[in-house]
Amino acid sequence: MRNIWTIAKREYDHYFISPIAYVVAFMMLLTVGIIFAVNLYYYIQSAFQSFGSVPDMSPITGAFGFLLVLSLPALTMRLLADEARMGTLELLLTAPIRDFELVAGKWLGGFLFILSVLAVTLIYPIILNGIAIGSFNILPPLVSPGIDRQLMLSSYLGVILVSASFLALGVGISAIFTNQIAAFFVTLSTFVFLWWLIGFPASVLQGTPSLVFQYLDMKTHFYNALNVGSVKLSDLVYFFSLIALGLFTATTAVEIRRWR
Amino acid sequence: MIQVNGLTKDYGARRAIDNLNFDAEQGEIVGFLGPNGAGKTTTMRILTGYMPPTDGSAIVAGYDVVEESLEVRKRVGYLPETVPLYDDMTALEYLKFMADLRKIPDSEERAYETLEQINLHERANSYISTFSKGMRQRIGLAQALIHRPEVLILDEPTIGLDPAQVVEMRNVIREIGKDRTVLLSTHILTEAQQICDRVLIINKGKIVAEDTPENLQSRLVGSQRVVLRVRGEADELPAKVSKVKGVRDVEAKSDGSVEFEFSAGQDVRPQVAKAIIHAGFDLLEMRPIGLSLEEIFLELTRDNATGKKS
Repeated sequence: MRNIWTIAKREYDHYFISPIAYVVAFMMLLTVGIIFAVNLYYYIQSAFQSFGSVPDMSPITGAFGFLLVLSLPALTMRLLADEARMGTLELLLTAPIRDFELVAGKWLGGFLFILSVLAVTLIYPIILNGIAIGSFNILPPLVSPGIDRQLMLSSYLGVILVSASFLALGVGISAIFTNQIAAFFVTLSTFVFLWWLIGFPASVLQGTPSLVFQYLDMKTHFYNALNVGSVKLSDLVYFFSLIALGLFTATTAVEIRRWR
Repeated sequence: MIQVNGLTKDYGARRAIDNLNFDAEQGEIVGFLGPNGAGKTTTMRILTGYMPPTDGSAIVAGYDVVEESLEVRKRVGYLPETVPLYDDMTALEYLKFMADLRKIPDSEERAYETLEQINLHERANSYISTFSKGMRQRIGLAQALIHRPEVLILDEPTIGLDPAQVVEMRNVIREIGKDRTVLLSTHILTEAQQICDRVLIINKGKIVAEDTPENLQSRLVGSQRVVLRVRGEADELPAKVSKVKGVRDVEAKSDGSVEFEFSAGQDVRPQVAKAIIHAGFDLLEMRPIGLSLEEIFLELTRDNATGKKS
């Protein structure tokens, strides 16, 4: 466990000196911020009409989830590919740590970075709910009596699981390649495939095959379930399977590297 | 400390090392000498637990490199040929990271101590990207030393260094090697001669010779060659020297010196000296020319088809 933490900490620190990580974080937060502002405007407009809806966090988490498809490959591409290129993989593979600990540490480092970026978006529920100490309002709430907390927890859990799964797959792909650019494009293709393409056969096929493709489609598990407040075991199993698959691929790829 | 038995490694169809056998004791500096592609790095990678062998076994610091790889890795310090450094870290951060990976308590303190040991503590907070080649090599060595390992494996530790840095690196290795087992690879023969207690010459995956540098030399030297130099004209010198009993192959060189050979165990140098002085020459120099390790090495690694003795 301590080894995983040592690797993760180094990886996490590395993101904060890496220009790519800053660009990715900036673009994600900027996009999410614009979406929040536009939504807020819409809510305020519609609040005076009878069909007005109640603000919640799902537009923010939904956009964040989609942005992960495009931005995470840039964060995961170097994780193991770069170590292999620079020769530092030899250092890590002759240090007294298990291959799995190395892989899990890399994954955890990336995961903690994404959680840090995601944590910044917590400013939005604070803006909506306001800040109050006792009965004194420091920041008056925009939504009374506050946004749906359970829906918010569920949609944040969704984004966290999407990040964790994508990161695990990204680490797995990065472990296979020595070239970061190759790792980037294969990772991006994999994400696009899992997010959009794999769901298409579900609408043409019927019966069990249709259900299988529907289950493999990641956006369904996110947009139709967790992001609208439904936490089901089948969705959790889907995400945890992807995490296990990604980390297993990465560990195996590192082991194969040793045998070559 | 290191016991290698029948170690073999294949890369696909190519056999990189073939049935290697050797030992290294505690406090011994063993040199691994061979041309590029001879299998030095492959052997070292197996001994450090980086990759498993195809066949054979190796015991390092009392543990099997395949069965108990993690135990071996805890006890071995390794400096790979391409020094594995993170340019985005400072020297201290890097060594602290390595100390943490090795679960050393007070890792930062130990990192600083190790920097002092290699004389880089004044640059502790400089980024590794700003370091010279020699400093990078030293940081690489520090990383291999940080857990005070019983066995040190150094792959070409002096490659790419300037002469002053080479001397410094050799001194550091000699110092470290006093109470530890050091296995170092090199293709610089004088280096092996200077630092190693024992030399293994490896070629095409096989050990072709194993001995102390001195013994290797005497084993191959059947006769001794000497160079002579006198003041002034030396036209008649070869004739005078040839007359001494036991002298062979007298040869006048273009620079005015004269070389001759005599059989080992039949030292005729005193007689030659007397004869030269007797003939009225002022003897300036009489120096044996040793067969250098270079020549021994070429002799040993020459293909059997074209070579003579080995």
